[in-house]
Amino acid sequence: MKPAAFDYLRPSSLEEALQQLAAGGDHAKVIAGGQSLGPMLNMRLAMPSALIDLNDLTELAYIREGGAFLSIGALTRHEQIAGSALVQARCPLLGQAAKTIGHYAIRQRGTIGGSLAHADPAAQFPLIAMTLGAEIEIACHGGSRRVPASAFFQSAMTTALAPDEIIRCVHFPTISVHEGTSFQLFNRRHGDYAIVAVAVTVALEGERVVRVRLGLSGVSAIPQSCDDMVRPLLGQVANAAWAAEVARAVRAAVAPEDDAGITAVYRKELTEKLVQQALERALSRAKG
Amino acid sequence: MSHVEKRAITLTVNGKNHELLVEPRKLLADALREDCRLTGTHVGCEHGVCGACTVLVDGKPVRSCLTYAIQMEGHEVSTIESVAIEGILSPLQQALHEAHGLQCGFCTPGIVMTFEAFLKINPAPSEEEIRDVLSGNLCRCTGYQNIVKAIQQAAAQIRRNADHVAA
Ligand SMILES: Cc1cc2nc3c(=O)[nH]c(=O)nc-3n(C[C@H](O)[C@H](O)[C@H](O)COP(=O)(O)OP(=O)(O)OC[C@H]3O[C@@H](n4cnc5c(N)ncnc54)[C@H](O)[C@@H]3O)c2cc1C
Ligand code: FES
Ligand code: FES
Repeated sequence: MKPAAFDYLRPSSLEEALQQLAAGGDHAKVIAGGQSLGPMLNMRLAMPSALIDLNDLTELAYIREGGAFLSIGALTRHEQIAGSALVQARCPLLGQAAKTIGHYAIRQRGTIGGSLAHADPAAQFPLIAMTLGAEIEIACHGGSRRVPASAFFQSAMTTALAPDEIIRCVHFPTISVHEGTSFQLFNRRHGDYAIVAVAVTVALEGERVVRVRLGLSGVSAIPQSCDDMVRPLLGQVANAAWAAEVARAVRAAVAPEDDAGITAVYRKELTEKLVQQALERALSRAKG
Repeated sequence: MSHVEKRAITLTVNGKNHELLVEPRKLLADALREDCRLTGTHVGCEHGVCGACTVLVDGKPVRSCLTYAIQMEGHEVSTIESVAIEGILSPLQQALHEAHGLQCGFCTPGIVMTFEAFLKINPAPSEEEIRDVLSGNLCRCTGYQNIVKAIQQAAAQIRRNADHVAA
C-alpha cells in the first residue's frame, strides 16, 4: 500500500497556501495531521496531484477565549485540546471528547481542522461542533466566511468547504459554570471510532432542568442535534427518572439504518443507554 | 500525476543528518528502513492502526507510515536505534526484557518509542492510563499483561533514577 505519486508544497503562510490551493485546481489537497488523509493516500482512495502541507502554519495552532466563544485554530492538535486547562474550564465537553479520539500517537498529530474537514460520521469534533452550535471560520483567497456547524456538515464525509478553501479556526460557545456536561461513547475496542456517541450539556434552575443540548453520532450520516426531542421534557425535576424518560424519547425518535455487522436496533439500544448515562453524569456535575 | 521528480532532502535521524533523494510520496517509515538502513522501525498495516511504525518526531510519538519523509525536513526523528546507549538498554527496554513483555518482538519498537515519550511526560501513570496509551499498539503474541507490567516496572525505575539524581 503505497500512495500514488504527488507533488509536495510547503507554504509558510495561510495566504500562500490559499494561492497554491487555487492554482492547483481540484486536484491539489491540503494535508494537516495526515491521520485521515494518510490512510486514504496509502490505500489510493485519494490521489491528489499535489499535497499542500499546512504543518508550518503554527499561527493556526491556538486556543483563545474571546467573548462568549472559545476559538481554536485549525492546526491545533487533538492532544493540545485534550490537555488544555482553558478548554477544561470553558468548554469541558470538547476536552472530554478529545481525550477519546483514536490513540495517543494519533492525537499528537491529528488536528481539529482536519477532523472537521474530513467529517467522518462517527468522529468526535463534528459531534461537539453540532451539539454546541459551533461556527467554522473558513478562509479562501481574498476573503473569509463563518459557517454554522449545521450548514457545514452536509453528509458523511461531505462539507460546505469549496476545493479552494481552508478552515482557519472554529468558534465554540463557552459553557456556563452552572452547566453540567458529559461525553459518552461505545466502541468495541478502545480507541476505535464510536458506534454511537452522545454529547450533552444540562443547565438547572433549582431542581428543574431549564436547558439541554444533546447531540448524537452513529444514528445518521452527520451528527444530529436532538434539542427538539428534549424540549417537551424541559422544566421537570432533574433526577434519574427524568434522564430515563429523555433517553426513551430520543431512542424512539432516531432512525438509524442497518449496516454490515451493526443492526439499527442495536444502535437504538446503545443510544438509549448512552443518553441516560450522559444525562446522569451531566446532572451530577451540574449539581456538584 | 504520473511522474514526480525525486527531491533532495535532509532527514535528521537520531542526531545524524542523512542526505536523501526521495519522491514526495516516500513514507517516512520506508525512508528510514530503505534509505537510512535503520530497520528497527517495523511496518505492519500502513494505515495508522497497528502502531509498529511509531517513531518520535521532535520528541512526540508519530506514525511513520502516515508521514512522508519530505515533511520531516527541519524536524528531529528518533527511532528505536537511539534508545539503548552503547548497548545499555533503557529502563523501559530492560523492564520489557525482564517482565517478558515481548515474544516475536515485531510490535516492540513501536511500544518502546510510544512509552519512552509518554513516561517522560507522565512518570507515574495509573494502569488505566497505561492501557489507554497502549491501545494504539497491537501485539499479536503477548496478550499485553506483561507489557503493562513492564511499563509499570519501568516507570518505577525511572522515578527511582530521578530521586537518585535529585538526592
Ligand atoms: C488509527 C486511527 C484511529 C482514529 N480514530 C479516530 C476516532 O476515534 N475519532 C476521530 O474523530 N478520529 C479518529 N481518527 C482520525 C483522526 O482524528 C484525524 O486526525 C482526523 O480525522 C483528521 O485530522 P488530520 O489533521 O489528521 O487531517 P488530515 O488527515 O491531514 O486531512 C483530512 C482531510 O481534511 C482536509 N483538511 C485538513 N486540514 C484542513 C483545513 N485546515 N482546512 C480544510 N481542509 C483541511 C484534508 O485535505 C483531508 O481531506 C483516527 C485515525 C487513525 C489513523
Ligand atoms: S504500520 Fe504504521 S501504524 Fe501500522
Ligand atoms: S511480541 Fe509479537 S507482536 Fe508483540
